[in-house]
Amino acid sequence: MSSTTRESVDAGHERDVVRGRLYGVSHALRSGLSELWLDKAGLLGLTVIVLIIACAVFAPWLAPHEPSEQSLLNRLTPPFQSWDHPLGTDGVGKDELSQLLYGARTSLVVGGAVVLLSGTFGIVLGLFAGYRGGRWDSTVMRVVDVQVAFPGLLLALTILTVVPPSLKSVIVVLALNGWMVYARMTRGIVLQARETPYVEAAEIVGCKPRRVIFKHILPHLASPLLTLAVLEFAGIVVAEAALSFLGLGIQPPEVSWGLMVASGREYLFTAWWVATWPGIAISVLVLAVNLFASWLRVAADPQQRDRRFAQTSRLTQTTETR
Amino acid sequence: MGRFAIGRIVHGVVVVFCVAIVVFATSRLVGDPVGVILPFEATHEQRAALRHQLGFDRPILEQFGEYITNLARGDFGTSLLQDRPTISIVLEHLPATFELVFAGIALAILIAVPLGVVAAVRPGSLVDRMSVSLSLLGLSVPEFFLGILLILFFAVELGVLPASGKGGIEHLILPALTLALPAVGRLTMIARSSMIDQLGQAYVQTAKAKGIPRWRVVGIHALRNALIPVLTLSGWELMRALAGYAVTVETVFAWPGVGYLAFQAVREQDVFLVQTIVLVVAVLVVFVNVGIDILYRVVDPRIKLG
Repeated sequence: MSSTTRESVDAGHERDVVRGRLYGVSHALRSGLSELWLDKAGLLGLTVIVLIIACAVFAPWLAPHEPSEQSLLNRLTPPFQSWDHPLGTDGVGKDELSQLLYGARTSLVVGGAVVLLSGTFGIVLGLFAGYRGGRWDSTVMRVVDVQVAFPGLLLALTILTVVPPSLKSVIVVLALNGWMVYARMTRGIVLQARETPYVEAAEIVGCKPRRVIFKHILPHLASPLLTLAVLEFAGIVVAEAALSFLGLGIQPPEVSWGLMVASGREYLFTAWWVATWPGIAISVLVLAVNLFASWLRVAADPQQRDRRFAQTSRLTQTTETR
Repeated sequence: MGRFAIGRIVHGVVVVFCVAIVVFATSRLVGDPVGVILPFEATHEQRAALRHQLGFDRPILEQFGEYITNLARGDFGTSLLQDRPTISIVLEHLPATFELVFAGIALAILIAVPLGVVAAVRPGSLVDRMSVSLSLLGLSVPEFFLGILLILFFAVELGVLPASGKGGIEHLILPALTLALPAVGRLTMIARSSMIDQLGQAYVQTAKAKGIPRWRVVGIHALRNALIPVLTLSGWELMRALAGYAVTVETVFAWPGVGYLAFQAVREQDVFLVQTIVLVVAVLVVFVNVGIDILYRVVDPRIKLG
């Protein structure tokens, strides 16, 4: 009998937890959105990101042509001249708009995959380094130190001379380059969090290390890591474009904005649009992600909000005293 | 101070050693240089012969030992295509890269510091808002596309500056500007925020209260302290330019430096040349890094670094 009551109590408790969590999520979403409405730059950023994601997802329906379809009769068609090629064509008659739409897929896939891979790896290492301390910590941090000092593009160059470049190798190379930022930041926050009373309390109650790390410390990391991941995403998009531009990234017939800029270099003096459209596309995506990230940094972190508030008030003070 | 400097230098040497290990490992374990060097239709015997000639058939540790002793003797290997020591090719191309990188970073500091100071002194003014938008733009436009835009405008449209190559000062302007603009964004932001910090300090109030003219308070008292973070970040920008932007920017402008050399070497799969470039640039970057750390302490004695 006692077991049934306990079960029903547990169920009720669980329901409350779920309801509370749902309420928390919806509340956070609502307050986040209303704040986003106040920060017009952040809103613009998010809108553009959503638009670009939509372009990437619906590329097969939106694109007027296959991205790799060549027609030598229509080489270097200028933009805004025909509905068939609204943004013109490149040196072998491939449609610019279609390539842009499909190129968005490459940028987003590479960015997402790299952030996911390097983020997971870096966070897990950082958590253990920070929590375990001792030998774990010094080993991981030594590796991080060395790799931070090691120029990233050069590592990519060494690897991509001997390994044939492809979507997969680009993702792996960029992930190898990016993980230590997460590890370093995670470790720093974990070291701080270890000293806080709530972690101490959890340890005294008898929580196992894994539970302390994942249940008590990790949520504390969510907001700074989210901002870092979004910023890193912007960096990865540029890095992929740069590698593809150098001919070390995505290989034709696959499409990438960086590759498009490279193919437009030959026609700078005759056809400005071939290199310009993809360049604008990269810049717009990166700008949007940056705007969104700068909103997120403030919105996701109550301490940052306070700091921003304090800074603006100090600013007004200094102007007033002057 | 001396102990600190020695510690940093030792750390730098360790990093360079690790770079050498990574370079060695990528060439022997990750990929196969023999497959890259020989044409696709080479016979099995030819491959084995080359492998033996390069010593790739010996135990890996023995190869590594020989690799390191060769490096220590200054023997970085021979270029596959030019049939010369790779190190002399790299050294020939270094001055051009130095010229470009120093011009770019100097230009960035010269633009960023006045802009940041004015933005900090008058928050919310037109200059302030301009500096914020400029730095956001500098952060978002990839440097290789920026270079192409500058070529389109100044070389194609106006026809006033050359689009590529190296020659007089007019050849340097566009690549240096391309290299500078992303750095301008970051440096302006840091100059602005550190200046705002300094202007809120008590010593600035004291200086004002003593009746020192405003330009002196801002331009001498506050600026000297505000420049410390700018200096550190400039060193960091120098590293970034050497190790990353140099490759793309030099490639866009066909500037005959180490970056363009790296691009060509990778294209032609000149494995040993690429490895030498990576090692030399890594040494430079580590050297700059150690230099910044030491300089940082000299400039601001309050700072205690590990």
